[in-house]
Amino acid sequence: MRYDRVKFTLNGAVRDVAAPPAARLIDVLREECGLTGTKEGCGEGECGACTVLVDGEPVCSCIVPVAQVAGAEVTTIEGLNGEHPLQKLFMDEVGAQCGICTPGMIMAALSLGPAPSLDDVRTALAGNLCRCTGYSAIYRAVMKWRGMPIPETAGAT
Amino acid sequence: MRTAVSELDLRSTASLDDALRILRDERRTPLAGATDLYVGLNFGTLPQRAFLDIWAVDELRGVAERGDALVLGALATYTSLIRSPLVQRRLPMLVEAARQVGGVQIQNRGTIGGNIANGSPAGDSLPVFAAADAVIVLRSADSERRIPITEYYTGYRATVMRPDELIVAIEVPPVEGRQWFRKVGTRAAQAISKIVVAGVRSAKPSVAYGSVAPTVVRVPRTEEALAAGAGIDAAVSVLETEIKPIDDIRSTAEYRLRVATNLLRRFWAETA
Amino acid sequence: MAAVGKSVARKDGIGKATGGAKYADDLTFPGMLFGRTIRSTIPRGRVRSVKLDFDTAGFTIVDHRDVPAKNAVDLMSQDQPFLVETEVRHMAEPILLLAHEDKEKLSAARVEIEYDEEAPLFDPEQSTQVFKAIDIVKGDVAAALAKADVIVEGTYRTGHQEHIYIEPNGVIAVPEDGGIAIYGSVQCPFYVIKALRCMLGSAHPNVRVIQTETGGGFGGKEEYPSIIAGHAVLLALKSGRPVKIIYDRVEDMVATTKRHPAIVRHRTGLTRDGKLVAMDVDVLLDGGAYVTLSPTVLSRGCIHAAGPYSCDDTRIQGRAVFTNTPPNGAFRGFGAPQTEFAVEVHMDRIAEQLGIDPVELRRINALRPGDRTATGQTLRDDCSAHMVLEEAVKRTDFTRKRREYRGTNRTIGLSLFYHGAGFTGAGERNLKSKARLELTLTGVRIATGSTEIGQGTRTMHAQIVTDALAIPYESVEVAQPDTSRVADSGPTVASRTCMVVGKILEECALEMKEKLGGLTPAEYYARSGGLTVERMYEPPDWIQWDDNTYLGDAYATYGWGCDVVELEVDPDTYEVRPLRITAVQEFGRPIHPALARGQIEGGTAQGMGYALLERVVMRDGAMANSTLTNYTIPTTLDMPEVDVVMLENPYPGGPFGAKGLGELPMDGPAPAVVNALRHMGLDVREIPATPELIAACGTIA
Repeated sequence: MRYDRVKFTLNGAVRDVAAPPAARLIDVLREECGLTGTKEGCGEGECGACTVLVDGEPVCSCIVPVAQVAGAEVTTIEGLNGEHPLQKLFMDEVGAQCGICTPGMIMAALSLGPAPSLDDVRTALAGNLCRCTGYSAIYRAVMKWRGMPIPETAGAT
Repeated sequence: MRTAVSELDLRSTASLDDALRILRDERRTPLAGATDLYVGLNFGTLPQRAFLDIWAVDELRGVAERGDALVLGALATYTSLIRSPLVQRRLPMLVEAARQVGGVQIQNRGTIGGNIANGSPAGDSLPVFAAADAVIVLRSADSERRIPITEYYTGYRATVMRPDELIVAIEVPPVEGRQWFRKVGTRAAQAISKIVVAGVRSAKPSVAYGSVAPTVVRVPRTEEALAAGAGIDAAVSVLETEIKPIDDIRSTAEYRLRVATNLLRRFWAETA
Repeated sequence: MAAVGKSVARKDGIGKATGGAKYADDLTFPGMLFGRTIRSTIPRGRVRSVKLDFDTAGFTIVDHRDVPAKNAVDLMSQDQPFLVETEVRHMAEPILLLAHEDKEKLSAARVEIEYDEEAPLFDPEQSTQVFKAIDIVKGDVAAALAKADVIVEGTYRTGHQEHIYIEPNGVIAVPEDGGIAIYGSVQCPFYVIKALRCMLGSAHPNVRVIQTETGGGFGGKEEYPSIIAGHAVLLALKSGRPVKIIYDRVEDMVATTKRHPAIVRHRTGLTRDGKLVAMDVDVLLDGGAYVTLSPTVLSRGCIHAAGPYSCDDTRIQGRAVFTNTPPNGAFRGFGAPQTEFAVEVHMDRIAEQLGIDPVELRRINALRPGDRTATGQTLRDDCSAHMVLEEAVKRTDFTRKRREYRGTNRTIGLSLFYHGAGFTGAGERNLKSKARLELTLTGVRIATGSTEIGQGTRTMHAQIVTDALAIPYESVEVAQPDTSRVADSGPTVASRTCMVVGKILEECALEMKEKLGGLTPAEYYARSGGLTVERMYEPPDWIQWDDNTYLGDAYATYGWGCDVVELEVDPDTYEVRPLRITAVQEFGRPIHPALARGQIEGGTAQGMGYALLERVVMRDGAMANSTLTNYTIPTTLDMPEVDVVMLENPYPGGPFGAKGLGELPMDGPAPAVVNALRHMGLDVREIPATPELIAACGTIA
């Protein structure tokens, strides 16, 4: 098997890994780099548990060949160093139940602007499946992070 | 079972000329955002083993006006289409379609060229291009040709593209008339289309459907009926004979036909 | 300061939000191999030959001949083999196991299996092989039907449902000194132990199971992980190395258990003014190819089949039958979502036929304290059917909206439901669950087999112990379930973890408090050394239950709920857009309100998926849409927010008045949705109510 050197910035530090160019980014992150916070839930870009940021934009790392992040900046959940306010809010608001979708959910939420509406949050997280919460607690965590009021219910009446 | 990565041969390039040379000399499947091909890899259903990664070919990324045409680079992502003021102004139905593709993660990687090349009859952008009389620009190392999208597909996921060619752009002529788009998916987001419609209301109306045939289709006889002022009921009767959808794991022929006709009525009512 | 009743900081720590929490696939062990399961590709037949079409160097290969003792998964019955010997009963049945240190080589290995195929049986109504039959008779239903003013009949159908925990199944077997350790994503570590003891026999006495952080369960990791653990152990024994088996999503969907599809028939007699006088119910569950837990799923389904209503003459008959499809198993609600869907839709059809308002029909018939259920259980003061109904009707302005929406494409519907907490009947007495508290230098450690699978076990147990022991919440630790170190507190299922295991912990804490005699843990240690208190669950002494007739006190208590769903239907595409869900639920008393709310919001979402979206397409006995693209669970844009109302009516036998909660929210959404559709004139009697189904049921304003 051919291994290429792939050089990219991972959580702020330059990494130079040897990997088959077709290797999936998620496998390189989890196995080569030892960063297991990025989770695999489906392998089809549908559940979003493997979401990482590539040059600041959320992508599903289970369907990105590692060759495509050469020269890019990759940020995983570990890159937040446990210091991001969203991380604590996900626990406090019970936006994380089983927790398997949580890293991907947080990474996707990071792309939200400063004063999102509930619809903005919904749209930004539509690529992340959660089976535990029904999403409401996730909205509470994200809206609190952004200092936005939390509606009791989102439906029209 | 996932395809073993060791069985795959992926070569990357950042240059269009290189890409075209490689495609001339080697049999490789172009790979852009990988949002379709890598799903096949994960499911072990991918027939190909050799790929040409063109994600870094930045010259295929732009959106511009050339003459009176709107030219979309093949590597334009759904996100870039959604954000493009030019596309918002000239082809709002494409923005609408792009917003309904996958989630944000897929919109960030999926490309318009990839949607066309993949050729799924359920591809969300395809009815938009078909209704807008878009032209696909195919280039090879020594030639370039322009194929109207309505002539591009020859069957289920089969196209006129040669292995040495690459989709480099989509040219959309000026769209006269009110644009309309509706996707009926399997759920509210991250859905595969069970039926998808794009229409343009003008003196010569155009209507295109996805997920009702092996390829995206225009419905010329229905369009004629609409253009002739035969009334929507008559046009619906024509449509019922013009498309023959099928049952699959996502929906039924009966539902698709009924919704296709309902949506023709809605298109006509909402663009009146 | 009291912890119970407050949304205190969770015991999970921050790991789930930092990526630090370790799930099965995040663990590696030196020399570890990866395992893969080769499965049947026919629904019924016999294996004629197995051909290994790859270079086997470096592979560990296991088949049924490698099972040391008994090739049977020890669950309710021992009919299911770990590995097929010759007879194949369903698609995706495990036949052969491979392990290799290189995942790539493992993926590339090809095995060809030849079969003698036999004609499969897919239709449960044609099945004559009955896993379990139940007949619950109260009074004389035939005589009561004969005297009824009105008889309403109906047949209702529910499909398979797939759990879609976002973490697929995964187990690692690790040989260790004198035995073998199993790390895995499991709900019930002691079930795995039981299954492995049967498979291994006396030659391998030392097995222990350690639950890793578990990415969702919902019943789907109740019994199936025993099979995966068996497979990993067989490969580990043969290779002498740790073996990790992680299912990918497709394998998880195709091969593992699902919610039982059901066909429920009702024949109901009423007086002209709407009083129920006779309920004759027939429940048929498709069990799939092996018994698994079907008898108990059927039992809970049948017990709940008459709904939360009072009726003197009832008969509920049920059967769980064999088909050549992958076995169905535990799933949140455990039979009740199927039968409560049927009875609640039936109630709205009755209301329609009698010309009575559906709320009024429920007011006339809903159970009150002192009434007798279908099993003859006399309900106590913790029965809240009317309380949840009235609150939901008032809060949603149900009657006005019901009137105003008529003739539009907007509609509103409700369901009234209940759910028994804990094991059925004598189940808790037979189970003899234990819990243990261990004194530490700074406080106490909880040592139970109850698993945290997202629902908040750790936190809620710690809150109960905190208050019973009157020590700071921070000084209570919760041990990771490791069967060699914790008490067998029974499975983490059946809405029993708070009410039953929490109760044992409360009693342990009270005993420990007495033994401490006012000393701090450090002082006690200094004076007397360590202290461990272990107690066994004692169900209330008034529980009477007959396992033959299914008569008696089916559950010590019940949770009660009323869901109201408002929705719109697109008149052209028949797509349903839920607008608002109001979930009024009474479950004793919430120990941790935010976690409890999360159970209701999450269970309601799962119920909405069940109602509208989640359709398992079976073709030739296998799930044909086994991807997250094609089996569609609700996304953010499919779910409106849920207005949760938690009412209290304490159960004296639960810790701090708590009842079970986990399953209750699953029972209500589907019938509420379908009843809303009915109010638009759409005669839906089946779920999922897909646009295709709705289109066939009528037209929309």
